[in-house]
Parts: sequence; structure tokens; C-alpha cells
Amino acid sequence: MTNSIIHIFLALTMPPLLLGVIGKTKAAFAGRVGAPFLQPYYDIIRLLQKGTVFSTTTTWLFRAGPIVALATTAVAALLVPFGAHPAPVSFDGDMILYAYLFALGRFFTMSAALDTGSSFEGMGSAREATYSCLAEPTLFFALITLSRLSGKFSLSPMLINISLGVWLDTGAALLLLIGGMFIVLLVENCRIPFDDPNTHLELTMIHEVMVLDHSGPAFGLIQYAAALKLFVLGAFFIHLALPYATGNPLLDWGLFIISMLELAVVIGIVESVMARLRLIRIPQLLVAASILAAFSTLLVIR
Amino acid sequence: MSFGMKNFYNGTSFQRCEIPMPDNDMFFQSVLDAVSAGWRVCSYFGVPNAGGATLFCIMSARAGSGALGIIATTVGRSFPSLAAACPQLHLFEREIAEQCLTRPEGHPWFKPVRFQKPLCVGESFWSTTDGGGLLPAVMDFYHVEGDEVHEVAVGPVHAGVIEPGHFRFQCHGEEVFHLEISLGFQHRGIERALTGAPTPRTMHQIETIAGDTTVGHAQAYCMNMESLGGFFASPRAETVRGIALELERLANHTGDLGAIAGDVGYLPTASFCGRIRGDFLNMTALLCGSRFSRGLLRPGGIGYDCDASIADELHNRLQSAREDLTGAVNLLWDTPSVMARLEDVGIVTEKDAREIGLVGPAARACGLNRDVRRDHPFGIFRMSQIPVVTATTCDVAARTRLRWLEAERSLDFIEEQVRHLPRGSYLNQAKGIASGRCAVALTEGWRGEICHVALTDDRGCFERYKIVDPSFHNWNGLGLALRNQQISDFPLCNKSFNLSYCGFDL
Repeated sequence: MTNSIIHIFLALTMPPLLLGVIGKTKAAFAGRVGAPFLQPYYDIIRLLQKGTVFSTTTTWLFRAGPIVALATTAVAALLVPFGAHPAPVSFDGDMILYAYLFALGRFFTMSAALDTGSSFEGMGSAREATYSCLAEPTLFFALITLSRLSGKFSLSPMLINISLGVWLDTGAALLLLIGGMFIVLLVENCRIPFDDPNTHLELTMIHEVMVLDHSGPAFGLIQYAAALKLFVLGAFFIHLALPYATGNPLLDWGLFIISMLELAVVIGIVESVMARLRLIRIPQLLVAASILAAFSTLLVIR
Repeated sequence: MSFGMKNFYNGTSFQRCEIPMPDNDMFFQSVLDAVSAGWRVCSYFGVPNAGGATLFCIMSARAGSGALGIIATTVGRSFPSLAAACPQLHLFEREIAEQCLTRPEGHPWFKPVRFQKPLCVGESFWSTTDGGGLLPAVMDFYHVEGDEVHEVAVGPVHAGVIEPGHFRFQCHGEEVFHLEISLGFQHRGIERALTGAPTPRTMHQIETIAGDTTVGHAQAYCMNMESLGGFFASPRAETVRGIALELERLANHTGDLGAIAGDVGYLPTASFCGRIRGDFLNMTALLCGSRFSRGLLRPGGIGYDCDASIADELHNRLQSAREDLTGAVNLLWDTPSVMARLEDVGIVTEKDAREIGLVGPAARACGLNRDVRRDHPFGIFRMSQIPVVTATTCDVAARTRLRWLEAERSLDFIEEQVRHLPRGSYLNQAKGIASGRCAVALTEGWRGEICHVALTDDRGCFERYKIVDPSFHNWNGLGLALRNQQISDFPLCNKSFNLSYCGFDL
């Protein structure tokens, strides 16, 4: 029960901090002081206090977009185990729900974007649809591999199963998986080199361009949902990359928080040392990620 | 070969009656012959009169001779368009139609340029019947039909803090078939305001033609005033002007390098260059108190002297700025993901660049070896030359690398000049300007060739003061660079050209 409460508390409060850490890391590389760690919280609070303008050409779909996106991500947050602690909700086959909760959120975000009738948002939706189609196989190959390794069909036992022992056994497969999943983590969260969350150039954006017409609290929800998504996918990734457990519940929570912050620093470093890919190159990298994940599946099935 | 034109050198003036005024056929034939012999059009404009307009064409001879040519003719309410045979004239002809109400017959792309009111009395060719007047970007855009073709309109209000301009893309998926650019939102009527000048405010108006090219335009104006008035700037003043021109180039090239890095999402260079640009602007402020060189150039010299302590300080600051800039820019070349993003994007072929008459870094990145500082030297550049840098790959990477190489040459130049400042006065007394003369001045601003033409009437005032900003030549290059490119590459191509909106809109 305590663990469930901590789980929900962390899921609700910690995500924007990751963005703050990424921002600080990038600022350090650029030789700047950077915004405070808590800036993303201030931004979201500021947006929530604002009024909202809805275009008269939009329908209920436009308003539903941010809400569904946040709701689906929040449910997904309940399915992923954080660190060594099982998730509050766990059942056989929840991995499929996990994957398609994101798809449902994306569907509504894209529909809301198309609902505005703006050419920019149409372009953004087309890009998002293409790239998410190509990212999906990677996620499923990863789930198959993990399921095979643990013999389970639920995320909590699947992910907690990964330990140093498993690494020693099937290190090659997990290494491939980490490569593929890191690419998925970046593309799903619109990070450089796939998308630039800080750009103001509407013609080059993917995710940001779809939410151009949202303002005020609706936009605050979108920002928060984006941070939560990074947190949820990051928690998944941490299991693969840093599968440490001490056995002490409190220490494990601390370890989880530190691991997540480390992940944010790594993402910040990646964003600082490389430029964005040309959009036409993104599918190639996503296919490569799928192939990595497919090989890891092959290695554990053989 | 002079093609029936009067030949003269940059920064000189002559009696208006010396300008050859052949009949229309001879005039247009001369222009066509000169262009096919490799001459380039610097300025082509009309002075409206009762029955039509007098057209003046100023051309630059092939590199090496240093000569310029001028020829004129009087036309009625229409004149034959040469745009189809000579694409570099197309925007000039539209401008003549808009300003002088004389129609270029057979113009393949007859549309307004700035949506401005004509310089003479009469109705514009594009006036709406309801008398609403012309509004920028309200016109028929080129349109591609088809089920899978879609149109994207960007601007005039942009997401970033940039000037207003309207871009209309015809796209097939992510691929751009055609880009049409419509400007005019910043039209302030500078040329109209300069008719009847010079007045005490003229210098300030010139300094604001394009706010980031203050020195380039001010230099051209000062050259015209000096040749018309028969007075000179001292060598000391010419040197400081040269230093200011190169500081302006450095500041803007540095800003552009940072902006290009920012566009591809490469943060370190973007942040460093943003700061170093400020260092260069502050060096300009050291010379005259203004980060954008306002008040530095004055007819007859410079407004503020550059004493030994300022020169020393400038030299020291330059050393550290060079170090910082070298480090920041080398990061770009050392990062494969950045180079992969820049290479083979936004190509304008050398042939296209020559035909549409690109100038400045945009032209040199296409392998066109043209630079006013060498081809038509002015001021300090008559004594001390800067090597011209060219590139051959014609893409964004070429325009990026070219900026860095030019910045290096400019740093060398300033370092040398600042150590050997000539003695003497810094400001000679300006005199009134002569009547009935024509003066032409070309300078190489950081965007490229700036051309100012002054025609004085019999009272010694400007009857027409024609300004051509490099952006006027180059905006078409951006449109061509986008052909068959990804629409997502537009911001990057745009930054690599970094053209002026207000310099075009005047």
C-alpha cells in the first residue's frame, strides 16, 4: 500500500523535474546558467492559470485531445513498475494495454490537430503517424523478448525479472534491446535528434506543431502529459539499463529516483552533442531500431 | 566593349548629359548584349515623367576591369520586358511597373513587388476596383493543382522574432514543388522620402534602410555625397569605415553561424555564437557608442575619432573574440550529425545563381567569384585588399563554411588596419552637392552588393535616389533553393541566406 502511494505520488510530481534536469544539462553544455530545475513546474502552473481560446472551427475532438492524452499516459503510469517495486495495477496482458494506451493518446492528439484544419498541424499529424508506426514494432519486439526471458505476460514481473544475473546470461540480447528502446524513448518523447521540443520553427516540428492551437490550461495539460510520458517510458527503460535492487524498499525508491535523473542527464547530453536529423532520415533510424529489437528477440528465442 | 554605355568607376559622379540615351531598341539590345557577355545588372530603375518614365540601367563589367556602365532611355506607358531572356531583370521590371506605371510587355510573372503606391500620379496596375488599395500579399499566387498537392502558407506573423514576410509553398507531401515569397510588409517609402534630399535627416534615414547593414548603406551614401560635393574622406576616416564594415560583417556572420546551428538543434555553437556576436557589436559600440554603428559614418569622414587607446582596446578584444569564435565554429565541422544536416540541402546551381544575379555570400557559395571589395574597390579596399572566398558545393554547408572563412579574412583585415591607423583629421568639412549630376556607389555589405544611385536636379537636390539592397537580388535564390527539397528544411535554407525584409521593402 505504501509503495502504491509512493508510486502514484512520484508519477504525479516528478515528471517535470526530468525536463528541468535535461534543460540544465543542455545549458551546462552551452556554457549558460540555464533555467531553474523547477522551471517546468512554474510553466505548467502558469499555463493552468491562463484563459483558453478555442477556434470556432474546432469541435469537441479538439478539446478532448489534451485530456485523453493525459488520461491515457496517467493510466500507463500505473502499469509500469518503478524500480524494484511492482506497479499498482498488474494483470496478464497489461503490456498490450500499455502499448496501446499511448496509441490511443496519440490518436486523439492527432485528431485534435487535424480538427483545426491548419496545414501545419496536418503536416505534424502525418509525421507523427508515420514515425509512431515505425516505432511500434521496436516496442513489441522488446515486449516479446522480455516476456520470453521472464515467462510472464505482465509488465511488473517482466521488468522486475531483469537483474544482473539475466544480464550475465543474455547480455547481448539486452544490449540490442537497450539500443532499440533508447531510440524509441527519444522519438516517442520528441527529443533531439528526432524532434526539437524547443524549436519555434513550425515547419520542422513534429509534436509541437500538432499542439500549436492549444492554449492556456489545455496546453498546460499537454506539457504535463508529455513530461509524464517521458517519465513512464523512462521508467521502462531504466529496468533494462540499470537493473539494480538492494532489497531495502526505501533504498530502492531512492535508487529509482537517482536512475531517472541520470537518464535525464544522458538525454540532455545526447541533445547537446548532436544535431537534429533531417526528417527524411528518421524512418531509417527507426527501422534500424526495429531490427535491433528483432535480433534481440531472435537471440532469446533460439 | 562598352555596349554603347558610359563607362565609369565605382564612387564617381558625372554630368547627367553624359549618360547615353539611345532609342528603345538600342537600349534593350545593349542590355541584352552586355548580359550575354557576362555583365551583371546592379540597378535598373525608372524616373517617372509626364508620358512614362526614363529607364536607367547600371551594369557591372566582368571581373577584372573594375568598370561600371550606365545607359538610359525614355519609354512611354509600356516597354518590352527582357525578363524571359534575362531573369536577373525580372524583379527590377516589376518594380519599374509598380513605381512608374509603365508596363513591361510580355513579363512572365507580372505581379506587384512591394504593394506600394506609385511614385507618380495614377492608378497602379493591380489596384482593386473597390478602391481598397493594395495590401501586401494580396495577389494571385502560383498554384499547383492535384489531389495530393497541398498548399502551406507561412507568415507574415512568424513563430520566431523575425521580420514579416509571406511564404506560399506548393507541396506534395513533404516535398516542395514551388515556393513563392511575397514581401512588402515593411515598406516605409524611403526612396520617396529621399526625393528632394539631402536634408539633415537623410543620413539617419539611410542608416535605417536595413538596420543590420548600417555601415554598408551609410558607406554608399557617403561615397555619393562625397563624389557629388567634390570633397573626400581622409585616409584615417576611410580606414575606420573599413574596420566598421568588417565588424558589421563579423557580427552578422557570427550571428548567422549561431542561428544555423540553432536551427539544426545544435546548442553549443548556437549559444556561443549568440554571445560572440554581442562582443563584435560591442566593439562597434567602442568606435561610436552605438552597437549598430549609428552615427559613425558621416559624409566627409566619420563622426567619432578612433584614438590610440580605442585602437588598442579593439585589438585586444579582437584577439579574444577570434579565439572564442574559432572554438565555437570548429565544433560545427567536428560534429558529423551537424555536417550531415547541412550538406546537400538547399542547392542553387551555379548556372541558376548566375542567371538570377545572386550577389554576396549566397553567390560566392555557388562558386561565383564576385565581391565589390575586389571588383570595384572603394574606400580603404583600394589600398588593402581582402581575399575573396568562394565555395563550390552550392548548399547550406557551403554558405555556412563561407561565412566562417569570410569572418576569418575580416578578422585578419581589422587586426592589420587597427595597428596602422593613418594620422590626420577624421572629418572633413562637407560641401553642398552639385546639380544635374549622377553618382553611383557600390559597396559590399555583409549580405552582398549594395548599390546607391543619386540623380540630382538643377537645384542640387535628389530627383531620384535609388537603393538596391543585396536582398533584392537574392530572395529569388531562396525560392530556387527550396525546389524539390523537404519543407522541413525551409527554416535552415532561410537562415543560410538570412536576407533582409526591410532592405527589400525599403
